[in-house]
Amino acid sequence: MTLPRTAENALLAEAGEGTRVQLQQIVKSYAGNTVLHGVDLDIAPGEFVSLLGPSGCGKTTLLRVLAGLEIADDGAVLLGGRDVSRVPTNKRDIGMVFQSYSLFPHLRVVDNTAFGLRRRGVSKADAAKRSLDALALVGLADFADRLPHQLSGGQQQRVALARALVTEPKVLLLDEPLSALDAKVRVQLRDEIRRIQLRLGITTVFVTHDQEEALAVSDRIAVMNSGRIEQIGSPEQLYTTPATADVAAFVGLSSVVAGVAEGDHVTVWGQRLPLQAPADGPVDVFIRPENVRFAGEADAATDALVEESTFLGSVRRTLVRTESGELVRLQHSPGIRPVFGDRVRIALVPEPVAVHPRG
Amino acid sequence: MTTITQERADAVASALSPGSAPRARVRRSTPSWAWLGLVPFAAYVVLFLAVPTILSIGSGFFAKDGSFTWTNVAALGDPLVLNTFANSAGVSLLTAFVGALVGALVCYAMLGLNPEGVVRRTVDAAAGVLAQFGGVMLAFVFIATIGIQGVVKVFLQESFGIDIFANGTWLYELPGLILPYIYFQVPLMVITFMPALAALKPQWSEANLALGGTRSSFWLRIGIPVLSPSFLASLLLLFANAFSSYATAAALASQGSQIVPLQIRAALTSETVLGRENLAGALALGMIVVVGIVMALYSLIQRRAARWQA
Amino acid sequence: MNPLAPSRVTRSVIGVLVGAFFAIPLLATLLYTVRMPDGTYSLARWAGLFDPGMAATLKPIWTGLGNSLLLAIITVAIVLLILAPTMILVNLRFPKLRPAFEFAALLPISIPAIVLVVGLAPIYLQIGRTLGTGAWTLAFAYGITVLPFAYRSIQASIDAVDMRTLAEAARSLGAGWPTVVLKVLAPNLRQGLLAASLISVAVVLGEFTIASLLNRQVFQTAMVVVQKQDGYLPAIFTLLALLFCFVLLLVIGRAARGTRKARS
Repeated sequence: MTLPRTAENALLAEAGEGTRVQLQQIVKSYAGNTVLHGVDLDIAPGEFVSLLGPSGCGKTTLLRVLAGLEIADDGAVLLGGRDVSRVPTNKRDIGMVFQSYSLFPHLRVVDNTAFGLRRRGVSKADAAKRSLDALALVGLADFADRLPHQLSGGQQQRVALARALVTEPKVLLLDEPLSALDAKVRVQLRDEIRRIQLRLGITTVFVTHDQEEALAVSDRIAVMNSGRIEQIGSPEQLYTTPATADVAAFVGLSSVVAGVAEGDHVTVWGQRLPLQAPADGPVDVFIRPENVRFAGEADAATDALVEESTFLGSVRRTLVRTESGELVRLQHSPGIRPVFGDRVRIALVPEPVAVHPRG
Repeated sequence: MTTITQERADAVASALSPGSAPRARVRRSTPSWAWLGLVPFAAYVVLFLAVPTILSIGSGFFAKDGSFTWTNVAALGDPLVLNTFANSAGVSLLTAFVGALVGALVCYAMLGLNPEGVVRRTVDAAAGVLAQFGGVMLAFVFIATIGIQGVVKVFLQESFGIDIFANGTWLYELPGLILPYIYFQVPLMVITFMPALAALKPQWSEANLALGGTRSSFWLRIGIPVLSPSFLASLLLLFANAFSSYATAAALASQGSQIVPLQIRAALTSETVLGRENLAGALALGMIVVVGIVMALYSLIQRRAARWQA
Repeated sequence: MNPLAPSRVTRSVIGVLVGAFFAIPLLATLLYTVRMPDGTYSLARWAGLFDPGMAATLKPIWTGLGNSLLLAIITVAIVLLILAPTMILVNLRFPKLRPAFEFAALLPISIPAIVLVVGLAPIYLQIGRTLGTGAWTLAFAYGITVLPFAYRSIQASIDAVDMRTLAEAARSLGAGWPTVVLKVLAPNLRQGLLAASLISVAVVLGEFTIASLLNRQVFQTAMVVVQKQDGYLPAIFTLLALLFCFVLLLVIGRAARGTRKARS
């Protein structure tokens, strides 16, 4: 896919600074259930932030409040410093891509893409030219005359993206845009979205329940649960220093085991591990799968029973249950092939770990 | 090795040896009895649908003595017959339009209502009943309402001095068909059109907003264009429905033949129409051509519309 | 909340206006049957249904109703014993024939009853000679009339159930074909079969065209005959029939919901 040179591609030529997005103390309830408990989110211009969490955590609601499709019960939405809480959706100057195909079925691809421009009074000819540039950006310039039902799912979402971007909105909002697509297309498209976002420098909010997706594309990730942001940080931060057990389990599949912390180290299964931050007393310890290994007789280790083992190509992941009943996940070379029911011994690699006080 | 194993070994060996013909017998599926199972239905449909239709249309081409003739079919060009067809088409077109518009409004009013809720269910059931409402019973209802002794007619006359039959009792003539026909056209429209309206995705509305459109621009640029094929298809269905209708007219107009079905009645009950006897067949031919074309168009448009609803 | 939905006000206005258009004739009919020439209201005419003195006038209606009910039963039998098994057969064994089958089943919509009856006349002449001129023979024609409606109901049920997989599962567990059809498929198609039957009953009770032009006495033709003597009786029976059909369709709707809940 060759992108037209910047000078000819109007969309790329206009790539600018990006807009700051702020959500302040957003509260939202439905029929007595509070879905958002005073959420705060500050997004820098041009930043790509993902809202990550399980179903029902409120991430989509937060996005829709930002879009104006829902009105918050309390709190403020600011775009570029301007309070748009009371501004209707069609005046907020946003670009939105929905999960299921929202292309208008009766319009050709180019007319779909030009729709927002036409609503803003752009002439038919200009709108068409700019739409073709946007379509070139997503690699679908040749499909301009097709109808949506003639396109694959991935192609339709690309058109939806072009349509959202061509009006050069202040912020790009994506509501699980890849969830309905095949795995392979999903990976391709998410990388493309990120590439385009970086070139255009547009502030982007991306909702997903897939942690791998969020890790791959985001500048920062906000992990949400039950209407609150549990932690917000870069992918590396969330991965290595999860703030809560939920974040640890959700991002990167950590295991949670019991340990006793003493200042700069923690003891797990008779083994001493350095701590990322000082702590004392009984703690939950978050162990990454790649930091657990099968131990030899001489090592300080614990016995465990294999529950399941999955071959993933370059690695193998095995789930074991220790004698104290803890479930621990190991990631190891495929050469070792544990089988359900095997007795094994596992030990920990002495990497610094994150902990959370228990109780 | 036991003899059994030896035999198996031999069998395998012989099967695998080069040049040996494949031993396995192909299990022939015997679906012949299954084809037999289609016969009852096929025979039934041929005997009671295909044959009558052919007889019906074909009879127009034969004179009473059995000889082939064009005179009956030619009679379709007679001004009287053409007038009848025009009447039928006119009433059908009018009631189809009114029924389609009102029905579409009803569907719109029901948008967003819980499909399991009381209102939706009652309307669905009511629409089902009224669309099926035997034509004769419909006639009775309207006679009771705006007939000479009709409740509403009497009420208007006594309370407001309005005599709806000042210029003749039109209920028993052509104009009298309009209100009863609308009465079953609207429910039929609701049944036929509701799926199309329900298939309008809320995402389109939200995408429209996100792109800067308004509610009215949504209906103007998206809603109505997307719904047009289904609306047209339903319109055609309503037209065919009214055109084919016999019972209401027969019950209201015990004599007379202002629309095609009534003219067929006249031809069948041996009132000589235009002095020809097998006119019924010719009229049937004419009717089938009209309804056939309309229904062919209907299924064509419906199939295209279904693409957008998926 | 569906963003496309109209406001409460719009809904109510449409509801009231259209509702009035449909309610007024029905209410008028009711009033018609209870209003006496002197302006008072009484249920005398309704009571007259049970009055022996009215028996003679009512006789055609009872005869016609009886015939119609008999016809309904026979027509439902045709639907359940000829149409349904054939549909099962086509869906299981001859899936390629489905479009042709659907075309045939929906054809009666395009062939108006008034056209059909022109061709049925000679056929029924023959039937009259062999099977007699009883009204019950009309059921053969009625089976065709209800074909589109019955087909749609049953096919919807078939589509919802994935008959193929059920049949294959049953066969793999050792069931013979009769068992498969009667014990595995039919119970799952119950809702569609019920809907098809009830709609057939409704259609048969309301049928007029074919019966009247083939000179047989059914419910509708009887009412037309009686109307010439007593204009109020047909109105009463119309209201009763309407109520009956409304209840029928609510039952269909309830049956549909019942099966749906069990599935989720």
